[in-house]
Amino acid sequence: MASAAVAVERNLTFIQLKKNKLAIIGLLIISLLVIVAVFAPVLAPHHPYEQDLDRVMMAPCSEYPFGTDDFGRCILSRIIFGTRISLAIGLIVTAISAVAGIILGMLAGFYGGVIDEVIMRIVDIFLAFPGLILALVIAGLLGPGMFNVLFALALVGWMGYARVVRGAVLAEKEKSFVETAMSLGASDLYIMCRHLLPNVIAPVIVMATLGIGHTILAAAGLSFLGLGAQPPIPVWGSMLNDGKQYLQTAPYMTIFPGLAIMITVLSFNFLGDGLRDIFDPRLKEKSIE
Amino acid sequence: MLKYIARRLAMLVIVIIGVTLITFTMMHLAPGDPAELIATARYGMENLTEEDVERIRVAEGLDAPVFIQYLRWLGHTVRGDFGCSLVTGDPVQEEILLKIPATFQLALAALVVSLLIAIPAGIISAVKQYSPLDYLTMTGALLGVSMPNFWLGLLLILLFSVTLGWFPVFGYGSLRHMILPAVTLGTGMAAITTRLTRSSMLDVLRQDYIIAARSKGLAERNVIRTHALKNSFIPVVTIVGLQIGHLLEGTVIVESIFAWPGIGKLLVDSIFARDFSMIQGCVLLFAVLFVIVNLLVDISYVYLDPRIRYEKES
Amino acid sequence: MALLSIRNLTTVFHAEEGEIKACDQVSMDIPAGKTIGLIGETGCGKSVLGMSILRLLPRNAVIRGEIYYKDQDVLKMNGDQLQRLRGNEIALLPQSPSTSLNPVLKIGFQIAEGLHLHRKTKWEQAWEKAVEMLDFLKLPEPEKRVQEYPHQLSGGMKQRALAAASITGNPSLLIADEPTKGLDAVLRAQVVGVLRQLARETGAAMLLITHDLKVAASLCDQIAVMYAGEILEQGAAEQVLKDPVHPYTKGLLASLPEHGLHPIPGYSPSLLDVPAGCKFHQRCSLARDLCAEKCPPLQIINGVQVRCFFGDQSGEPQQELHNRDLQEAAV
Repeated sequence: MASAAVAVERNLTFIQLKKNKLAIIGLLIISLLVIVAVFAPVLAPHHPYEQDLDRVMMAPCSEYPFGTDDFGRCILSRIIFGTRISLAIGLIVTAISAVAGIILGMLAGFYGGVIDEVIMRIVDIFLAFPGLILALVIAGLLGPGMFNVLFALALVGWMGYARVVRGAVLAEKEKSFVETAMSLGASDLYIMCRHLLPNVIAPVIVMATLGIGHTILAAAGLSFLGLGAQPPIPVWGSMLNDGKQYLQTAPYMTIFPGLAIMITVLSFNFLGDGLRDIFDPRLKEKSIE
Repeated sequence: MLKYIARRLAMLVIVIIGVTLITFTMMHLAPGDPAELIATARYGMENLTEEDVERIRVAEGLDAPVFIQYLRWLGHTVRGDFGCSLVTGDPVQEEILLKIPATFQLALAALVVSLLIAIPAGIISAVKQYSPLDYLTMTGALLGVSMPNFWLGLLLILLFSVTLGWFPVFGYGSLRHMILPAVTLGTGMAAITTRLTRSSMLDVLRQDYIIAARSKGLAERNVIRTHALKNSFIPVVTIVGLQIGHLLEGTVIVESIFAWPGIGKLLVDSIFARDFSMIQGCVLLFAVLFVIVNLLVDISYVYLDPRIRYEKES
Repeated sequence: MALLSIRNLTTVFHAEEGEIKACDQVSMDIPAGKTIGLIGETGCGKSVLGMSILRLLPRNAVIRGEIYYKDQDVLKMNGDQLQRLRGNEIALLPQSPSTSLNPVLKIGFQIAEGLHLHRKTKWEQAWEKAVEMLDFLKLPEPEKRVQEYPHQLSGGMKQRALAAASITGNPSLLIADEPTKGLDAVLRAQVVGVLRQLARETGAAMLLITHDLKVAASLCDQIAVMYAGEILEQGAAEQVLKDPVHPYTKGLLASLPEHGLHPIPGYSPSLLDVPAGCKFHQRCSLARDLCAEKCPPLQIINGVQVRCFFGDQSGEPQQELHNRDLQEAAV
């Protein structure tokens, strides 16, 4: 009986540590990525656009740790510089989607009535169509360029935030502190910003963290199909597209950019999952014997 | 019940209008003169003349204001006339109907692969929570969710086609052609579905009626099978329903990698070719597919959850 | 020899916030055929005690001590033995019929499966027997109800259905966990009627876990009073309720409407942070320094077991009893 007790106790602390550990690992990797992005010119062994047509598609070696691509460019350097673009897209799109979603969700939840109906119908319409496909169509039609991809992804990304914020606002609105503030003559905007927003921000943060990862994946997908920033700009997704044709001869053109995408998205998922566990402890999973 | 369906179908109409309107707008915001693009596609760069472009402009009604063009398009569509491909000149619906079976087969195969992996994995992980198997499964699922599916596809090609030579890379026609695309698409979905199945099952296992069932002296296996499973299936159906969207999105990319002749690839090719009619047709199809499948999923709840059945009947 | 003998039962939950000691060195006996009431405020650990007997607690709970059922220690049983015990010998009538019945399974099934399992009844006959059992428990239109789902039944009906499902194994001991919680006076009376019927007609012993003193008074032969995980007073129901010894029990009775609604000052302690010494001393009018330092042992005063130094109000702390004496007292 005593040993069973000890086993349970040891097991539980291990689990608690593990959960937070993942979030911390995620945070560490993200910090590393930010550093890589900021100090790219210093860290990269070569210039990402620099071609060396004599050393096309070389296997990894000391001079080119990840090998070279079909134009003789250093894959490692391109991945390092590509970090800038991936992180930028992830952050910018998520920021725009989140802000737009917060505003619309806040308005819908706070004012209710017609405004709520209209906004929620629009949300439903957008949600009734697969987002990536709509983004593909929009970005594809608008033509190449990173801005078009940003625009398209932001346009299909805001609905989740709007819904979540609206739900949270509806819940908080019932509480008396809102009534108190109103009776004291506070303006709507003040109430929304000072009282409601802080209580509503937690799920948004979780969503946004996971959203950055999701956006990076989506952007990579669109780049893979040929949209977004054009060569020679190093974008991980389009690097995979380039590598597609040379799978047999130069698999490293495909392996490394993909690995970069996966590690980046993984780190945001780690962090997001960890944050979710922290913010909603009721979701803690206890099992029954 | 019927009112509910009617309302959802009404929503479908609004969605179609909304989405196609957006697409239409984008097409006209895009750089390049549509008439010119069409002419180039039809006759090639070299043979182009000014008259050709103008002729096409008038013939396709591209001289009218954008809004009128849209209404015209809408009018045609309602009457079942989806226009002709600006590239091949063939009717849009022919092309689409030709390609639907391929996408359908791929989607179905992927769904099967996904469910075969995810549901057992999710349930077993939940039942044996905190065991090494649980951690392994969850880690695998997390990796799967973070991995781009096109990268997975390329890696699978690298391993199975290029290195081992077991499966062909491109093409369509036999089961062997379908395996890599289906596994690529299915595995990505399986990752998400596993996580959701597991949390749904954990949720159920925490419930009072499970404790009550155990207190009756039922064997654990019986408790899981008879009491837990049915309750956890309801959210799993939701999950699968939500996955339909991912499935459709996935076909677009996966079909492009494997040159699978389905609607996904058709859409991508049409976008790059600026084949407006075809793009509209594809978008329309995706909207219809998505809404109808979700509706079917929602209806299936009625048969799964007696509580909802009761509400609908009362 | 008592049917169920609990000795020094300690149940601890290992939670994020810390260790929750829900049961602390609890000892009690349940004789065959008798109804023992376990009363206390919400959160005192009485439900946990009930669940500990059948080992139905979550994984983060650790149970120490001994629970002897017919000479076998339940806590040492393996999976198979435990399974044979549950529902068959010792049954649980769970709290909250709304959540303890499986929403997607028919009522009849939830009763029949027990019959099929415990009495080896064939399925068709099990369903028929289920109808009989619901009839026995005075559920109207049992043939119809048996084919329905829990949400189609009213609260009172669900309670009876749950009771039927619990007794399919013909248990010798029925643990009724807060059967009248949240019920109005009419339903409460009905449930009391059902429990009385069950006890009388099946001859089973019952551990009635409740916070409702009136319910306990009408059904129980013996009563144990629980506070912050400990049994503070234990004895014949009449004795404990008419002439309590422990200050807490006295306080409980005084807080009843008919005795003037005098609340006990203060709040019951959180099980995360139990006070040292006597758990009740912070709210007790008889408390002295000794009470804050040492936990009083169980003693016999006026024929009941009491955990208080000053229970007999003589002004002098009492001596400790040996286990032997406790057993004699329980018989």
